[in-house]
Amino acid sequence: MDTATNSTSPSVALETVGSTAVVRIAPSTGWVSLKLRELWNYRELLYFLTWRDIKVRYKQTALGAAWALIQPFGTMVVFSVFFGKLAKMPSDGIPYPIFTYTALVPWTFFATGLTQSSGSLVGNANLVKKIYFPRLTIPISTVLSGVIDFVLAFVILLGMMAYYGVTPTVNVLWLPALLMLALVTSLGVGLWLCAMNVQFRDVRYVVPFLTQFWMFATPIAYPSSLLHDPWKTVFGLNPMVGVVEGFRWALLGTPAPGGMIAVSSIVAVLGMVSGAFYFRRMEKTFADVV
Amino acid sequence: MSQVAIRVENLGKQFRIGGRVERYQTLRESLVRKLKGLGRRESSENTFWALRGVSFTVDHGDVVGVIGNNGAGKSTLLKVLSQISEPTEGYADVHGRVSSLLEIGSGFHFELSGRENIYLNGAILGMRRAEIDRKFDEIVAFAGVEKFIDTAVKHYSSGMYLRLAFSVAASLEPEILMVDEVLAVGDIAFQNKCLRKMGQVAGEGRTVILVSHNLSAISSLTKRCILLKHGRVHAAGPTSEIVAMYLRDSATEGSAVAGSREIKDDTLGSLLCELDSEGVNPTIPSTQPIKVRFWFTVKQAVTGLRVGFDLTSGAGPHLFRTYYDDLAENPPELQPGAYAAECTIPPNWLNGGDYYITLRASIHGIRHIIVLERALGFQIVNLAGANAQYGVERPGLLNPTLDWKIEPTDPATLPTISTGSDA
Repeated sequence: MDTATNSTSPSVALETVGSTAVVRIAPSTGWVSLKLRELWNYRELLYFLTWRDIKVRYKQTALGAAWALIQPFGTMVVFSVFFGKLAKMPSDGIPYPIFTYTALVPWTFFATGLTQSSGSLVGNANLVKKIYFPRLTIPISTVLSGVIDFVLAFVILLGMMAYYGVTPTVNVLWLPALLMLALVTSLGVGLWLCAMNVQFRDVRYVVPFLTQFWMFATPIAYPSSLLHDPWKTVFGLNPMVGVVEGFRWALLGTPAPGGMIAVSSIVAVLGMVSGAFYFRRMEKTFADVV
Repeated sequence: MSQVAIRVENLGKQFRIGGRVERYQTLRESLVRKLKGLGRRESSENTFWALRGVSFTVDHGDVVGVIGNNGAGKSTLLKVLSQISEPTEGYADVHGRVSSLLEIGSGFHFELSGRENIYLNGAILGMRRAEIDRKFDEIVAFAGVEKFIDTAVKHYSSGMYLRLAFSVAASLEPEILMVDEVLAVGDIAFQNKCLRKMGQVAGEGRTVILVSHNLSAISSLTKRCILLKHGRVHAAGPTSEIVAMYLRDSATEGSAVAGSREIKDDTLGSLLCELDSEGVNPTIPSTQPIKVRFWFTVKQAVTGLRVGFDLTSGAGPHLFRTYYDDLAENPPELQPGAYAAECTIPPNWLNGGDYYITLRASIHGIRHIIVLERALGFQIVNLAGANAQYGVERPGLLNPTLDWKIEPTDPATLPTISTGSDA
């Protein structure tokens, strides 16, 4: 492709336009670049799309933003009754409700981001078909808009910590990085799914099953201390294991999940990068198929 | 200034028919197809070229129209040039900042207020926040929605919505603007507003590519035109020639400009009517005379047989009624046999719009034989004539070219008008 770009344009045309950019529109083949620079140029659009998703998310709902709290809180109550009280699930010596809620807050962020972003391209079909802009902004802004919900749910978590008398450790400074890890994981899966969803609408039936399965494959209702090394580290292949155990470590003072987090981070970044490339590769078909 | 703004070389876009008709496939279908077609290429029967071998160049400052029938590839061309859809072969080089307007109001969200939508839509169209801040008041004023700017757009009337959407789009200042059929929505007043704005943009020396079915708009706004046919460039050149060619071409593809009827009547045997004009069918340039021809057979001698038509506008009003014997001194007497009659609707007379011909036959003072309501229809398109230089549609059913004179005059010779109340 590069050779074509250089050979056919007459040099005269290039000189006369001076500093104006020349865009070559041609068929792409194979794997294409991520065009991160263009994405950066469109950062304001990213901001506006995120802001739109936040503004619109709870419009026309009676309870509004309370839904951001009801979901993780409700699940916490159910888990506390069934797993905590009835099944007497161990919780690393921490009161069960806060043990599970600390995991549910990042989990809900992850699961919502994944679900919303997987449908985001199809949901924005009218834009995709009519206007040019870096398509990556759509799933990214969808995942980002979940941060507000996360913050709301996190406030409840702080309240619960005060109630149970849990004082966070200095490790709490790692929370932004851990949130980032959850975001990267969510975006990675979201990119794969939303690009596939354009062609295969099966995805929308897969997603609820996937999140449910993934939830039980993540130590939310149970502690990962049920496993021992090396299996504990292998468990980290599920990046949400690192996120959840990281949150507990930072906020509740459970043992440091060092190896697990390292594995999780590598897997999450691989997932996001591969997802982004897959997305860009499929991008050329979006406007025609969606 | 003749720098190249857009150079298109051998551009082609192929669609899979299955993909288009079914819209999307399921995973199972895809797997089945993969297994069935193991190692085989997609057969050419399932694909078609929406564009093929398209080459042209557009210089900076040119305003170029793209015309053609539905399915000729106009919109696909614009989608490819605005990077929404990827070409299958060939390439296009675009020099300069492009904005494309394939639809107004893309990205508007009904739950958000007018203010919020201006920012959102502006960002989607590629404007910077600072740029939107700067133009905000102008946008609101142009749309005339000052009072409702903080109301959710879902409560807007469709007119307000369109005005706001257009005014955001109109505030773009790209070097190259691509517009697709945006002018086709809204009422006449709104369309005229769009046209004026378009004319203004074109006059600022920007490069514009305009796709439209509105040949009047194309004729007044563009100097050059590209005619697409079945995905290929059929012709390119000066707008007047290309539009004329397009009208001639579409005439040969045939539609109802002739109506005939066997009549069960003792006097009138059959009646056939045909419209004839340069480039008829069904769109007629306002500069062409229209001949209305009648053929009818008379079975028995009759006095006072009248055959003619009513001309009505598509909007409803009745313009006139006319019969072949309007100018005869006495009611004519017709012997049995076949007759041909012809009348001419003069050029530069009807305004642009849809018109219908209602065929009428009667024997004066005795009975109506037949009234064929709206038997024929045609459309007038204003290509030249009165007001064409401004490129806006005029109100009214007629748009006659009347004689006007204007000359400088001595102020002293101005007639004084007494209003009566002055002291």
